[in-house]
Amino acid sequence: MTEFSGLLTLAIFLPIVGAILIALFLNGKNARTLALITTLAELALTSYIFLLYDKEKGGYQLVDKFEGWIPFDTFRVDYFLGIDGLSAPLVLLTGILGIVAVFASWSVSVRMKEHFMWLLVLQGAVIGVFTSLDFFLFFLFWELELIPMFFLISIWGTGRKEYSAMKFIIFTILGSAFLLIGILSLYFSTNTFDMTLLPDKIAGANLIMPASVLFFLTIIGFAIKLPVFPFHTWLPDAHTDAPTAASVMLAGVLLKMGGYGMFRVSASMFPEQIVDYSWLLATLGLINILYGAAITIRQTDLKRLIAYSSVSHMGFVLLGIAAAKGGTAELGMNGAALQMFTHGTITGLLFLTVGFIYEKAHTRYIPDLGGLANRMPFLAAGLLVAGLASLGLPGTSGFVAEITIFMGSFPAWHWFAALAAIGVVLTAGYILWMIQRVMFGPQLLRHNNLSDASIPEMIPVAILVASILVVGIYPAVISDVFNTGLDPIVGEITSYAMGGK
Amino acid sequence: MNLQDIYLISPELGIGVVAALVIIVDLLVSNKKVLPIVTLVGLLIPLFFVIQIDIDAGSKTGFSGTFQVDDFAIFFKYLILGSTAVVVLSSTEYAKKFEGHQGEYYALILFSATGMMLLASAMELITLYVALELTALPSAALAAFIRERKSAESGIKFLVLSAVSSAVLLYGMVLVYGLTGSTHLSEIGSSITAYGLETSPALLFGIVLITAGFGFKISAVPFQMWAPDVYEGAPTPVTGFLSVASKAAGFAVILRVFYTSFGLDDANIDWANMIAVLSAVSMSVGNLIAIRQNNIKRMLAYSTVAQAGYLMVGLAAITALPGGDDNAGPIGVLFYLAGYAMTNLAAFSVVIAVSNIKNNDSIESFSGLAKGYPLIAVAMTLAMISLIGIPPTVGFMAKIYLFSAAMDTGLEWLAIVGVINSVISAYYYLRVVKVMFLSDPEYKMEKSKTSYGVGAVSAAVIAMVGTFVFGIYPAPILRIAHTAVESLIG
Repeated sequence: MTEFSGLLTLAIFLPIVGAILIALFLNGKNARTLALITTLAELALTSYIFLLYDKEKGGYQLVDKFEGWIPFDTFRVDYFLGIDGLSAPLVLLTGILGIVAVFASWSVSVRMKEHFMWLLVLQGAVIGVFTSLDFFLFFLFWELELIPMFFLISIWGTGRKEYSAMKFIIFTILGSAFLLIGILSLYFSTNTFDMTLLPDKIAGANLIMPASVLFFLTIIGFAIKLPVFPFHTWLPDAHTDAPTAASVMLAGVLLKMGGYGMFRVSASMFPEQIVDYSWLLATLGLINILYGAAITIRQTDLKRLIAYSSVSHMGFVLLGIAAAKGGTAELGMNGAALQMFTHGTITGLLFLTVGFIYEKAHTRYIPDLGGLANRMPFLAAGLLVAGLASLGLPGTSGFVAEITIFMGSFPAWHWFAALAAIGVVLTAGYILWMIQRVMFGPQLLRHNNLSDASIPEMIPVAILVASILVVGIYPAVISDVFNTGLDPIVGEITSYAMGGK
Repeated sequence: MNLQDIYLISPELGIGVVAALVIIVDLLVSNKKVLPIVTLVGLLIPLFFVIQIDIDAGSKTGFSGTFQVDDFAIFFKYLILGSTAVVVLSSTEYAKKFEGHQGEYYALILFSATGMMLLASAMELITLYVALELTALPSAALAAFIRERKSAESGIKFLVLSAVSSAVLLYGMVLVYGLTGSTHLSEIGSSITAYGLETSPALLFGIVLITAGFGFKISAVPFQMWAPDVYEGAPTPVTGFLSVASKAAGFAVILRVFYTSFGLDDANIDWANMIAVLSAVSMSVGNLIAIRQNNIKRMLAYSTVAQAGYLMVGLAAITALPGGDDNAGPIGVLFYLAGYAMTNLAAFSVVIAVSNIKNNDSIESFSGLAKGYPLIAVAMTLAMISLIGIPPTVGFMAKIYLFSAAMDTGLEWLAIVGVINSVISAYYYLRVVKVMFLSDPEYKMEKSKTSYGVGAVSAAVIAMVGTFVFGIYPAPILRIAHTAVESLIG
């Protein structure tokens, strides 16, 4: 059976071909121009793919499949791509953030050629992760994303950039090491790498390891990526020292790979374990939310602050998934998926504005800033929108995601959900306090010469503000699609949670 | 000896003749630049014979059953010829350091390759031992080829330790012969069952000694002590040759002996567990010590110890779970060897190219290489991430295949040790990448790119292309490895 619609293959390889062209032929500003053209085409393509996904029909669509990429009966790998409701919005998110990242690095002047090349490779690899339906291929793309990020952080970063880049890579491959063992065990238990068949096959298979061991082997890789306490320590370092574009991609889509893996693998292949261990997910989620928020408050470095706030926000994803235990798994999981999408745009915008402020003011140390709104009204507005969305203001996408998560998780985890609500309060605290200290108050004399965002800097801010508001006002545009993808997963989970015990 | 025997051994004869030819040309021609060309063109002769035999499918034995040419042997002959060609190409410029002895250098490499090719076909203990010595003696001479203290030390060390290991090996062979009454590998297997020797402690001792002897050749812990000093002191192309071709030949002979003579059907001896433990220790020790090295050749030496450990995962994976593939382990070894050959040759070719300019083997000498010569910096980067096992490289594919073989045979713990070791190894391999891309050059590189050496750079590029292409589409190598292992095990 060979199916080929070609769109997803194109979406993966368009950026990669762009990167190769840059590597071979272009330099400096030409490289930047080609990167812009490529990501623009990629944005158009991913939007088209998103719109093309037929949510009435559901299931896997736009399949590209070549059988027998590694053609042995005993070790058989197919080239198998496809999207469902779960991956379609994330592909779109990657498309949006790809072009945002190019604009974010508009003022990069050191080694431009390499910078844009790695950005494009990164984008292609991440789309590969979201669209692969063969577990081996999934793992290949999962690993492929490491090297571009390593270079992006270690060459164009700031501070202890080499240390942070190495920490990022060591943490991630440690996670993938366990993931690989899990993937191979699943393969030898079921004799297939096909992720669409695995959920059914695992249920009936004679597993070579206990299912709960496999569950933990695979989820640990995703947990490090998401990141879940206590595996989160790489994140503040990597985010803080990464250049703006890399931070945007890292927070925007790379963390989502962890969440995506939890849905695609942990929840859909191990429905029983996700219910049985939902207490663990809820606990860790709560720790992420509260501990992350508490630490965020006392940060004085703008980027570090946003980095820790990501830890807190990713806790909501865990809490949403933990709703598996109750009858409201559907709400919780939808909220978690939506949280991934919105966090991508919100935190992308936060990092973007903060990155621009840093480029102009040459400091991220909050006490050294203040009153910047006078000098840069546009960026102040952007930061404000992102901040308000981040604290869950109604009308922004952050509100919709978090309220759904609370509604979903409350019936299953009363106290956890109630305590998690404290996290929202803390978020409001640190976000508003940060904005107040940076944007308002007396302006320092030495900031008199600062200018507002330039046109290439305004474009990505506008794109992200628009997507935050659109999803905030009409969330169904994204959540309906997620819902189609989550339906079968949630069905399995709910029937186990309700009847199984 | 009849015509058929000569036909079977024609590749080895061919390569020997080329070696002699190189010495003659060296005497007659004053322009030494033709020597590598003669060698490379000459290598087409044995290649032609190997292809000829390959087309003429099927296993054939000659010399009264002591010499067998099957798909398994042919796989290694291709691999050894290919590695030799790349090594010769990469040493084109480096060989100038050998002053008047360039002819001998190429000839010795070819003689050593002859021994390796014979090893791949040896079906009898004495033939095997002679082939092994034919491999080792020229290697020792090659290691001592530069007239300086370190190189001489390297040569002597290799010679002495190699002699010791050969003695151990020989003692093991004698024990096995004494018990089974035969030196033919296949007869040893049948005698073990016929005489009921499965549980004989003497036989076990013999097997342990043989393992120790071979362990030296593949530089597995605890027989790895020679590797760092020899690798550091030897001329860099020789180091590359030892780490790739010599190791491939070592694994060829291990697979041959263990599967033909001590196969599980014949001997009920659980050597797989012994190998599994050695494998785990080798990778851990190699990786942990490699972290502390500052000399790129020493680092790569410990890295080959670790890589030997990964390869032994495939040796240990012999009995698959029900429904699995018993051949997966050996196929993994062959696939990994081929991938490792490309990867390591790419790395060593870059080391040679850099030392052509800098005359220095410290990791720092790579600083700013990405600015100075991006092409070889990319080659080195691909080689390093292939050694870690990150896509898109053949190292990624091969490593997953090997570990999957371990999972398939119930050696989950070994696969876990393996993946954790990959994580550790990322630290020191990436250090090289970091130095190339992040540090500024120590001094301005005023020399032109050609002074890196056209030969060395093209060798690096050829190996890099292999590393990349088979990292994306590994099926061809896997297919060949498949048939090769079938001819070994059936």
